[in-house]
Amino acid sequence: MAMEVTQILLNAQAVDGTVRKQAEENLKQFQEQNLPSFLFSLAGELSNDDKPVESRKLAGLILKNALDAKEQHRKLELVQRWLSLDNSVKAQIKACLLKTLSSPAPDARSTASQVIAKVAGIDLPHKQWPELVGALLSNIHQLPAHTRQATLETLGYICEEVSPDAVDQDHVNKILTAVVQGMNASESNNDVRLAATRALYNALGFAQANFSNDMERDYIMRVVCEATLCPELKIRQAAFECLVAISSTYYEKLAPYIQDIFNITAKAVKEDEEPVALQAIEFWSSVCDEEIDILEEYGGDFTGDSDIPCFYFVKQALPVLVPMLLETLLKQEEDQDQDEGAWNIAMAGGTCLGLIARTVGDDVVPLVMPFIEENITKPDWRQREAATYAFGSILEGPSPDKLIPLVNIALSFMLTALMQDPNNHVKDTTAWTLGRMFEFLHGSALETPIITQTNIQQIITVLLQSMKDVPNVAEKACGALYFLAQGYEDAGSSSSPLAPFFQEIVQALLTVTHREDAGESRLRTAAYETLNEVVRCSTDETAPMVLQLVPLIMMELHQTLEGQKLSSDEREKQNELQGLLCGCLQVIIQKLGSSEATKYVFMQYADQMMELFLRVFASRSATAHEEAMLAIGALAYAAGADFVKYMPEFYRYLEMGLQNFEDYQVCAITVGVVGDICRALEDKVLPYCDGIMTQLLKDLSSNQLHRSVKPPIFSCFGDIALAIGENFEKYLMYAMPMLQSAAELSAHISGADDDMLEYTNSLRNGILEAYSGIFQGFKGSSKTQLLMPYAPHVLQFLDSLYMEKDMDDAVSKTAIGVLGDLADTLGSNAGPLIQQSVSSRDFLSECLSSDDHLIRESAEWAKLAISRAISF
Amino acid sequence: MAPHDLRRPFKRPAISDQQRRRELSLQRQAQNRHDAQHHARRLASTLLFLQPPQSDPEADPEPDPEIAPEPESEQVASPSELDVREASKLKGAQARKWFARQLMLPEWMIDVPDQLAQDWYVFARPSGKRCFVVSTNGTTVSRLRNGSMLHRFPSALPNGARTRDASGSAQSYTILDCIFHEADQAYYVIDMVCWRGYSLHDCAAEFRFFWLNSKLVETGAFDPPSQYHRYRFSLVPVYNCDQSGLSAAYTEPVPYVKDGLLFYNKHAHYQTGNTPLALVWKDENCSQYVIDTDSKGQVPSQQQVVLELQDNGNLTTSDEPHVVFGCLDGDFMQKSGLCSGNLLRFAISNGGLSFLDGKLEKADLHYLGKSNRARAFADSYSKVMFQYMARHSPLKVDDLLASISSSIEQENKPSDEEMVG
Repeated sequence: MAMEVTQILLNAQAVDGTVRKQAEENLKQFQEQNLPSFLFSLAGELSNDDKPVESRKLAGLILKNALDAKEQHRKLELVQRWLSLDNSVKAQIKACLLKTLSSPAPDARSTASQVIAKVAGIDLPHKQWPELVGALLSNIHQLPAHTRQATLETLGYICEEVSPDAVDQDHVNKILTAVVQGMNASESNNDVRLAATRALYNALGFAQANFSNDMERDYIMRVVCEATLCPELKIRQAAFECLVAISSTYYEKLAPYIQDIFNITAKAVKEDEEPVALQAIEFWSSVCDEEIDILEEYGGDFTGDSDIPCFYFVKQALPVLVPMLLETLLKQEEDQDQDEGAWNIAMAGGTCLGLIARTVGDDVVPLVMPFIEENITKPDWRQREAATYAFGSILEGPSPDKLIPLVNIALSFMLTALMQDPNNHVKDTTAWTLGRMFEFLHGSALETPIITQTNIQQIITVLLQSMKDVPNVAEKACGALYFLAQGYEDAGSSSSPLAPFFQEIVQALLTVTHREDAGESRLRTAAYETLNEVVRCSTDETAPMVLQLVPLIMMELHQTLEGQKLSSDEREKQNELQGLLCGCLQVIIQKLGSSEATKYVFMQYADQMMELFLRVFASRSATAHEEAMLAIGALAYAAGADFVKYMPEFYRYLEMGLQNFEDYQVCAITVGVVGDICRALEDKVLPYCDGIMTQLLKDLSSNQLHRSVKPPIFSCFGDIALAIGENFEKYLMYAMPMLQSAAELSAHISGADDDMLEYTNSLRNGILEAYSGIFQGFKGSSKTQLLMPYAPHVLQFLDSLYMEKDMDDAVSKTAIGVLGDLADTLGSNAGPLIQQSVSSRDFLSECLSSDDHLIRESAEWAKLAISRAISF
Repeated sequence: MAPHDLRRPFKRPAISDQQRRRELSLQRQAQNRHDAQHHARRLASTLLFLQPPQSDPEADPEPDPEIAPEPESEQVASPSELDVREASKLKGAQARKWFARQLMLPEWMIDVPDQLAQDWYVFARPSGKRCFVVSTNGTTVSRLRNGSMLHRFPSALPNGARTRDASGSAQSYTILDCIFHEADQAYYVIDMVCWRGYSLHDCAAEFRFFWLNSKLVETGAFDPPSQYHRYRFSLVPVYNCDQSGLSAAYTEPVPYVKDGLLFYNKHAHYQTGNTPLALVWKDENCSQYVIDTDSKGQVPSQQQVVLELQDNGNLTTSDEPHVVFGCLDGDFMQKSGLCSGNLLRFAISNGGLSFLDGKLEKADLHYLGKSNRARAFADSYSKVMFQYMARHSPLKVDDLLASISSSIEQENKPSDEEMVG
């Protein structure tokens, strides 16, 4: 076989499909018959300089795919498989890989680098291959340049692959030393220097200790700054990338270097080539991100316990930074607004200016206004556009007091420009700026309105007119209208200033959705989204008009379902449209269903609507499924017990949704809809519960399903139990052990990161909601004693949550509620158990004096229930 | 390791409408789940107090459309609630009956319960109008036993005024059982029915009184009147019903005019309607109103009772089950235009009441006429008996004290023996 491997690998890349297929089949057989030998052959192929580059590259690629996969469950399988391989085979494979780093063929080296990183990704956390770093770095100085380059590249990949805690500090020091030396100006080979600079980018996360040491940090920073001046563009670009990464990872260490960095970045923005200039701007955007986070988190008050203080780098650099960025705004590309993928220095500069406004607030305004005043009326469109963009950028951040007088002056100017400016680019930015005005400076929270009785007519006329403009301008006009409507969302049942224009607005938006060119610039999507917002923010007085929309949108949806024999491209567009229409109907259902008066009239369409939604499930688009499912959930909520008549037909789609592991969003939404249905049907959902519970239990035990769906599934157990009461009995023996083991896993999670803690808390919340629903469901039933055996564990779970001290407020609230539910349902039988638990004393009294009123509310309920349980 | 993509969103809202739809759905579902949970915890059971009785324009002369909240459409009532919800739309006497049923009504003490010292509280009842006080949605309403509104006012009770009280949902309500004392214009709180939406119906008196004491003080309801707190609320001193407690309740001065003593069983839940687990007792020392007066404030020479006429002509008390005091014949009913359900006033004539084995055997009744239409109920058996005893052989405070000391003696005896043995 080994002799044939080369040929098979070449055949697997053959143009002839039959040959290719045969080769792929051979590879598969080989792998199934003898995995160790298969992997070793591939490593051997990769390392053999006598073999063709094509077969070597494919050998490396297959090897890589044998170690890692995108899907989590598959990835875990592969990891286990590798770990269980015979050590001597693994050692041989590793030797081949390391040897390949010296190959004269660049592709072979590069492939080997990536495979080594994958192996390291598995082995290092398991304390295997401890000699790897040593082996890579021994004699590095004596190696030929191409091997040093491959070695540094490998180190970079390893740092990307492995988490910092899997590498001990001694190795980190060695890696950093090698990398920083490779970056040094004394390194004459540019390939080596580039590989080293890119490796540093990945290694920065490992360098916590080194960045805490002044000498080492100074050295690293000096080398990085020097590399930004390297004649080789790619190296300068990579060095700036390092600076960007440092600004977010080590913000608090930047102070000594910020003046130098400012000079370097300013020079790059002004003089360097665009890829470098973009990174230089990105450095300041990234510093803004950091300072915004810090200021948001601590509200600007620096107490002793805030981890990282704000150094106000942006504020200090402001007088020079702002003019520099304003200059970039004039470097627009023609037609950048029509190009989805466009990113240039003007866009980056404007974006950074917006972030600066959010970081420093009012201080930015006087620095920008002269630029706007000078340029906004210039004959050159670039100047008018840059001025408008600058104005739009600073509308978020500064105080309304500062902005509103300016906006009041600018508003009518902008409306005129949107109608009359000859340049599309200017109009696009103008419409966007109007949207920003409405987004940030219009709404019930603001004391002085910018939109008044006197100008609203003109604003709407202009926006509706602008919706007939070219697609990118029309899309921005829709966006402006979206925020205009949103500003009136608190109107409640009283009269909305938008009401007199409602019909006209809806008509205009529907017209946009029918434009031939509505597929460009997201225009159709924007029009439907705006329609949704207009409906959401509408008031009782326009309810009849919202009602008129129902048959209209239904008709549109109907038409998308009639189309036959579509090309795959057309089908995709059709599915997208179905998603938008279902989304629109969902918003309407929620709106009209929330008031008794409109619900009654609207429900006459329920049958037809349901039929359409079910037909949408015939399509294969996940987005369309998701939207239809959301709409059905809203319909179930509005219909209440009447929804039962749709269940026989709907059920199989419900089951389908629950089985959709791949599009886990669909699965998650379906789980939510099961909850809606339980609350709507109450005990009438019973006939469907066997199927639903079976599916939910399967979902929980699957390792293919995205973990984010699991907490809502637990909550859903609670919804079901609450709906069917003691009929939940037959599921107890399945559900309870699952809840119990999930509870045990989620109780203790020492050393988890923030993401893990957040997930764990959502899992805990789901488990607790399940318990709550189950206890309440059995309340007053003759079968409450069935729950007694589970009570000790539930109480233990509550106790351990309390002891861990890492639950969030939502979990505290649910947990203390469960204590009450348990006492309420089990009564005096559980009295002694409850009295023994820590939760019933310390946790309860903590919750009773909580600042969060929802926690207090739940705690008071628990206290009541317990007092009843133990007073009998 | 290719250069990293540094494109940032450009001229785009940070969140897509699809994501927004998803989030709004999740919010709605979470809210619905929360409501279902609340419902299950029976926190919504007294929801209907929110609605003023639209039925009784006399009692509610100035319905305030701004304050009177419409029922939330989402709050779909369960069947058990529907009865009550419909009840709130009842008119006249029926409405009064329904509202009256929301209060726990003590029976009159016609004999002394066992274990008075161990199981009972005692306190001096303030003289005044018994009412329940409901605070919700930024306003506070007090209603008399007959359902008519006494006051609508801002108070420091939870959600009792339109102030920025961030704690708890504005819709949650608090219901107190009070007596409004005219002289100092204060509400004396004698019990708590519902606190911030949590029903205390199923809680023992012991717990309710504890809760009352600890919760009310946090609200500032005891503060002197102010713009957002028109009437002061006060607690009454509650004693364990031992010798000293009973004496204190009976003799200690209080800031209000006393009208008898109330006895509450510590273990009893808040049971609406007549209950023998709460008792009222009066004598001339602690009440101006021991013996019932007529509409002119005069004590009639003969005891008067109000009884309900049943289908079969029986005249019964308001108790469940009824106690039959007598019977009218059909002719008389027809002649006087009476029908079942009428409340009729009788005098107890010289023949009085006669008993056999502790049960009423015969009453010498003399028909006076229909009762005042404001009456919602016939008299209870215990009331008739207490009034009867008050005129003939009243239960004296010494009897109560004696019963306490005798029960203590009884209790001590066996324990003495045990110690010897």
